[in-house]
Amino acid sequence: MTHLYSVTLGVLVVAGLLTLVRLVHGPRALDRIMALDVIVTMVIAGTAVGMTLRDDSTALPVLVVLALLAFIGSVTAAHLVEKRKGMR
Amino acid sequence: MTLLRDVVTAVLFLTGACFCLLGAVGLLRFRDTVSRLHAASKAQTLGLLLILVGAAVNRPLRDAPVLLLVALFQLFNAPITSQIVGRTAYRTHAVDRRRLFSDELADRLARDGTPLREQGGLTPDKEEGKNPDDEDR
Repeated sequence: MTHLYSVTLGVLVVAGLLTLVRLVHGPRALDRIMALDVIVTMVIAGTAVGMTLRDDSTALPVLVVLALLAFIGSVTAAHLVEKRKGMR
Repeated sequence: MTLLRDVVTAVLFLTGACFCLLGAVGLLRFRDTVSRLHAASKAQTLGLLLILVGAAVNRPLRDAPVLLLVALFQLFNAPITSQIVGRTAYRTHAVDRRRLFSDELADRLARDGTPLREQGGLTPDKEEGKNPDDEDR
């Protein structure tokens, strides 16, 4: 089963790389915010898979911190864009 | 029993990862900020939730509440972020209005007496009202 978990990690990495292309490419700040949010989600998912893979719960608080950080970060950034209209 | 648990976890993990991948592909290929929002939220909610459930099945029971907490955060996070990003996209003219089937916000703003074309769908907000609309364009 560990192989399948590793495959899951591989799929998540591919998804993260595809999202990274959107993050770099833009074209708007909103697209970047969204891509960053999705990447953080994938990091959370990858950490959960890694926890299962290594049979180790040490990374559990990291999940909570990342989830909170993703929320605060993207909401703040989106508000910033709304204030500075036309920001690309 | 352990085998069954592992199989369930593997299926949940792979399904969740596939949703993440589909979300990423959609994020890359859709041509509009709002369409991309639609693709991104699939990866954010369904993909992550399936993976968290898979981890909860496999990990000891005391990990489950924390994983549940993360899932709840994510369930709050995704719609709120989507709503804010969508609204900002609408107000910064990132939405192609001709492609919309129904544009309820425009009706509402028209009823409130905010002309859309000049104001870009702004609500009467003092701080934003000061800035000229096409500052950086």
